[in-house]
Amino acid sequence: MKELAKRFDYLFRSTRGLALVAIAAVGIVTAIWGTLSGPMVEWGVRDITVNLLGMDLIQADREGRIIMLYHTIAMTIVAIEVYFMTEILPMKRHEQVLINGTITVGYLLAMIFGLFFGYFGHNFAFHGLFLVGQTLVFFAGIMLVAALWPWKKDYLLPEGSPYARTKNGVDVERAAFFVMAIATLISATWGAVTGSFWANGHETFLGEDLIRIPHKTALQKAIIGHLHIMLTLIAVAITLIVGKWLDFKGKLHQWAMPIMIIGTITITFGALSIVWMPWAHNTIYVGSVFVMFSALLYVIYSWDKMIKEGTADIEKPNFFQKLKALVDDPFKFGSGWQMVFMNFTVSGVGIFMAIKLEEIFRVWPHREERITLTGHWHILSGIIATIILFYFMDLSGIKGKARKWAGWIIIIGSDLAFGAATVFSMKRLFVSDTAQQPLVNTTMLIMDFGLAAILVLLAIFLGWRLIDLFAKDGVWSNEFAAEKQANAKADLEAQKQKLAEIQATLDEVSK
Amino acid sequence: MKKMIFSLLLIGLLATACAPAPNVGAINDLPYVDTGVDPEAWATVPAGDFYASQHDHLTYVDEFEIMITDVTVEQYANFLNEAIASGDVTVGEFDLKVAEELTLQKEGAGGYYEGDPFDAYKHEEEIEEGDQLFAAMEEGLRMDYDGSTFTAMEAYVNHPMTMVTWFGANAYCEYYDTRLPLDLEWEKAARGTELDADGHGRPFAWGSDIHGNYANYYSSADLFEKMYGKLGNTTPVGFYNGQTYQGYETHNSVSPYGLYDMGGNVWQWTGDDYHDQHYRNMRGGSFYTYEVDLRVWKYNSAGPTHYAPEIGFRCAK
Repeated sequence: MKELAKRFDYLFRSTRGLALVAIAAVGIVTAIWGTLSGPMVEWGVRDITVNLLGMDLIQADREGRIIMLYHTIAMTIVAIEVYFMTEILPMKRHEQVLINGTITVGYLLAMIFGLFFGYFGHNFAFHGLFLVGQTLVFFAGIMLVAALWPWKKDYLLPEGSPYARTKNGVDVERAAFFVMAIATLISATWGAVTGSFWANGHETFLGEDLIRIPHKTALQKAIIGHLHIMLTLIAVAITLIVGKWLDFKGKLHQWAMPIMIIGTITITFGALSIVWMPWAHNTIYVGSVFVMFSALLYVIYSWDKMIKEGTADIEKPNFFQKLKALVDDPFKFGSGWQMVFMNFTVSGVGIFMAIKLEEIFRVWPHREERITLTGHWHILSGIIATIILFYFMDLSGIKGKARKWAGWIIIIGSDLAFGAATVFSMKRLFVSDTAQQPLVNTTMLIMDFGLAAILVLLAIFLGWRLIDLFAKDGVWSNEFAAEKQANAKADLEAQKQKLAEIQATLDEVSK
Repeated sequence: MKKMIFSLLLIGLLATACAPAPNVGAINDLPYVDTGVDPEAWATVPAGDFYASQHDHLTYVDEFEIMITDVTVEQYANFLNEAIASGDVTVGEFDLKVAEELTLQKEGAGGYYEGDPFDAYKHEEEIEEGDQLFAAMEEGLRMDYDGSTFTAMEAYVNHPMTMVTWFGANAYCEYYDTRLPLDLEWEKAARGTELDADGHGRPFAWGSDIHGNYANYYSSADLFEKMYGKLGNTTPVGFYNGQTYQGYETHNSVSPYGLYDMGGNVWQWTGDDYHDQHYRNMRGGSFYTYEVDLRVWKYNSAGPTHYAPEIGFRCAK
């Protein structure tokens, strides 16, 4: 019993354990719900899942169900990012505990009851608990914003710090996290306000189904803005997180962080102002340029660092030695590479669509345009997921051959799949409906192959972490001990500081 | 050794994918299948309310008649021949204006169209009065043309007419003093007036469920997918009528008013010209689409010059 309690403690009271539970939760949802579409339908697996679990899939509710599914996964991804942030950003211990505790209850309620409501009959108690869960996630966000307050004296950076700071010593990176968190809360409100109108005559829709309707309501536009910006902000958050992971600093950091703040504010304003501004898209483009430029600076810094560290013992490294050093650690290389790759499959496609909308995309049938739209944001979600995996697998201490295999399977598998998905979604550029069969068959197979490789890898990783929980001195135990030690040290520092403050007060009173 | 096995598996998988899968336009050797359904037959849909759209809005529609099947290749070939004879259709080069600054030249059959009201709204293209392409003479057209007469390819005689623009569909219907069905008419003809056990209007023309043998959609494993791969091909009109063909048992997927193929096989052009846009809607999904697009409220749309091997039509009056 005591041993079980220890594991429970690790899983729900340490940030690593919480992140592991959340990743496992997304993995399980992906494994089960992934059988409801794509090739799994063709192979008859969907029917088995539906019958085995007793799912109630009413055709008219499909769009609503998908929205519930997106939200349950998004809440969990947000929770994972928040766990990472509370671990890597200095904050008070009680703030970390409160934020992590609240968001954990929140995402679990949202996930469990959202899926129950969406897929197992419309019991409105489930819907209520889904909303309670989302509210708790939002509340955790407010606490995160408070904890990240960058002007707090404790978090100012000393003069000469290699990290971006203002003249007054404000940590600009912390400010970037802070701005991203505030932007996320505002953007979540956009969705929540519209969502609250659902029972009052507003009807469920998927954004891609509305694109050709000439007159959209303000609430419809609010939802379209909401879904775009939430995913963007999740991407901004993971970019900042991996920046901490690779100890992003120096001149490029000093440029990148203010640029990221400007980009985050601009792109958020642009996406939300779509409700009332006809030229909101231009604001979004400007914001995107800033955000992507900031990410580019991170990529330049991290690759340069990897090359320098990998060739430190070579006096004059040649190109191939530098290249070998760059790709030696696929986890760290991959975090930047996926951002570069994103430009071909997400940003590039988006910009191309915007420029050629009239001449190309609006000439295609709506269904083709819809596929391109859903394709590019599914790919962005997938890329974010791969970067989270790189980071968490690194935290889990995967080394040696396992690290290389895992890293390259993720990079090659995802890039093959996302590249094929991009070709598939843009197929009308190079092949007519009449002659598309070989291209469709090939791209579909590559997508299935790439995604299956990653999912199998994820299953192996989670299986390993599950087995590890049975070991007395497993990875979990070391992680837990290290975190306890770090927390104890932080508590000790806090106590010392508190004691010093009390002593100062006493000294002042006794004078 | 392990690496070799892995590489072989990978190559094998990719080779499978790259194995010749015939283009739908190049399939000309399929067997003729007689469904026994008469494509000349019409059904009457009485006036009254029905539950329209995904969210079941009670909506009134006047009485109308509608063809029980899509227009077949043979019917369209006959139309072209009659219309050429009467001077309403010509064969030659046509300008295909696909966007404001993009006009293509296509060889095919075409004729006059009176143009659409133009609101000059954002993204709207002007449809001007003049000659328009009805059906392009290119790979995918299931007819032969000997310089004077169009003849339906034998295997495709009773398949739905495809590769037809909205102008071509509209011209066919108008030539026989009929018209394309409006969106609401099409939807009512597909789903009827009843609510199902879940309290919704029918999601599919035949009811609430869908399985591979109910309709022709992507990877539905119908007779022709077994021959030509899972992207498949069109099926003869009225194919899903409960008959068994060469061991392949179909469900009788008629709509409440006795219409066939109101889900799957080919998208069907509808007749509405909505304000502030030039797009024309299509309904019903096709053999290229997943089952979700077969739900009766789903739309697809394209400019009226668009044509594809998965788009056909039927008429109403």
